[in-house]
Amino acid sequence: MGELLLMKGNEAVGEGAIIANCRYFFGYPITPQTEILEYLARRLPEVGGAYVQAESEISAINMVFGAAAAGARVMTASSSPGISLMQEGISYIASAELPAVIVNVMRGSPGLGGIHPSQADYNQSVKCGGHGDYKLIVLAPASVQELIDFTILAFELAEQYRTPVVLFSDGMMGQMMEPVLLPEINTTPVDRPWATTGMNGRSPNIIHTLYLPADDLGNHVKQLFAKYDQIAANEKRHTQFMVEDAEIIVVSYGITSRVAKAAVEMARENGIKAGLFRPVTLWPFPDKALKKAAENAQLLIDVEISMGQMRDDVRLAINDRLPVDLYNRIGLVPTPEEIYEFIKSRAREVL
Amino acid sequence: MPKGYSRPQTLIDKPWHFCPGCNHGIIHRLCAEVIDEMGLQNQTIGVGSVGCGVFSYEYFNFDGIGPSHGRAPAVATGVKRVLPDRLVFTYQGDGDLAAIGTTEMVHSAVRGENITIIFVNNTLYGMTGGQMAPTTLMGQVTTTTPGGRSRNQAGYPFRVCEMLATMEGAAYIARGAVYNPAQVVKTKKAIKKAFATQMAGLGFSLVEVLSACPTNWGMNPIQALKFVEENMVPVFPLGEFKVTPIEAGV
Repeated sequence: MGELLLMKGNEAVGEGAIIANCRYFFGYPITPQTEILEYLARRLPEVGGAYVQAESEISAINMVFGAAAAGARVMTASSSPGISLMQEGISYIASAELPAVIVNVMRGSPGLGGIHPSQADYNQSVKCGGHGDYKLIVLAPASVQELIDFTILAFELAEQYRTPVVLFSDGMMGQMMEPVLLPEINTTPVDRPWATTGMNGRSPNIIHTLYLPADDLGNHVKQLFAKYDQIAANEKRHTQFMVEDAEIIVVSYGITSRVAKAAVEMARENGIKAGLFRPVTLWPFPDKALKKAAENAQLLIDVEISMGQMRDDVRLAINDRLPVDLYNRIGLVPTPEEIYEFIKSRAREVL
Repeated sequence: MPKGYSRPQTLIDKPWHFCPGCNHGIIHRLCAEVIDEMGLQNQTIGVGSVGCGVFSYEYFNFDGIGPSHGRAPAVATGVKRVLPDRLVFTYQGDGDLAAIGTTEMVHSAVRGENITIIFVNNTLYGMTGGQMAPTTLMGQVTTTTPGGRSRNQAGYPFRVCEMLATMEGAAYIARGAVYNPAQVVKTKKAIKKAFATQMAGLGFSLVEVLSACPTNWGMNPIQALKFVEENMVPVFPLGEFKVTPIEAGV
């Protein structure tokens, strides 16, 4: 571990990528993501990598496809409308089984929306916004330190499973500054015998996504889903806080989970048995852990900066056994007081 | 006795899926011959396209990538930035390149991306059954211009080479055809120049090849070759539009 540094969230993602040995970045400016682009435009040449400012997010994601096919660690970043433009390319990357990291610094939407923090792209990434049967690993950090750590984790998971990984940030986390420790990791050279690097004596490597015979397509998709089953078995992650005796459990991810934790503490100080369950992987969703955490609860409250896109996954995890309320703000991160007031009012009615 | 004429090493021995009289086979072969002659089989990454050229990676005996429709130049950019010393080229038709992929094509040229595009222009979307493309000739009947392409409805044919030749990042731009042996030889030379331009690090290169589509034109192969010569060449004149002397490079 090195010294403690004060870093902005977007720059932390950039430095996390450098630490993870990512040497290629293709992107397009969009608020509130742009500092990732600016940071890597400066840093990548310093470490012998390459940065290309693409003419659109569509081109950026396809440059990612090419660089990943060529065997490189590669990343792109954008914000909600730009991530929408990347959906076709993400479907191709998933089908071609290429490792890549896609960062979404979510902003208000739909449409042009706004540039304030948002979590309204949950469905787009967790349920997969591109065409076809595929899955994406989706990681939800909640601090600038985690933006670094999870960027590194995203590369490791992408490489291990040869699959695209989405890292969720938002307009607040991208812009806020916090003290961070830059981890030192041992990067061992990765063998990518499948990469299209020029044959150099071997038989041709082909990376494609076309399977015209129905059986071939079926086998391909089934093989993808066998891999997804493995990911679901191995990679579900969450954290929880005071859930053991909790009667009300707040379920929240990313920036809102931190605010919700403060609200849960306020509730406890005021005699309400509240707890927090925070999914760290949104896909695979930590369903069994949530079901267990909710065993003694009477009410769950889903706190999000969206119209409740995660709520269906929460309800599924507990088999709809308990009511799942929604507390949300659109365009704003709720304050601890606001969430606490909601917990208090619901506690009065339900408990 | 040594054979005077044999299959290029970089062309896999398997039957084409192309229709009788289609020129894709000749153009594939020219790419393969040039790569053989330049000794680049082990250093080449081909990026295909969507359309009749979609299976190029099944015919070429080197590393290949199947990208999404129109995005081949962006994919090639990603490959080339990682592997700057390899030969990276795309093989795209006129629907793929000159319609949905216009942005990727133009901006690869804007960046002077050190890649080559082999652009096969047959004036329509062949794989989907003969719809109008940006390159369809005025008055030409396609399944989506049943009365012939008209100015009011669909504007004018898109001349890719002429536009790209205006760009500083473009190092070599040429248009050839394969309707007779002389043109085949000329087109092969253009492809070789384009690949040599890339290997010298001089920037973006593109070779357009006018190509017959007897099936969708409703002609026999001989009529179709004649159509290229008599109807396409006047709209898409053959020749070199931009040349950067290779000695000047790097």
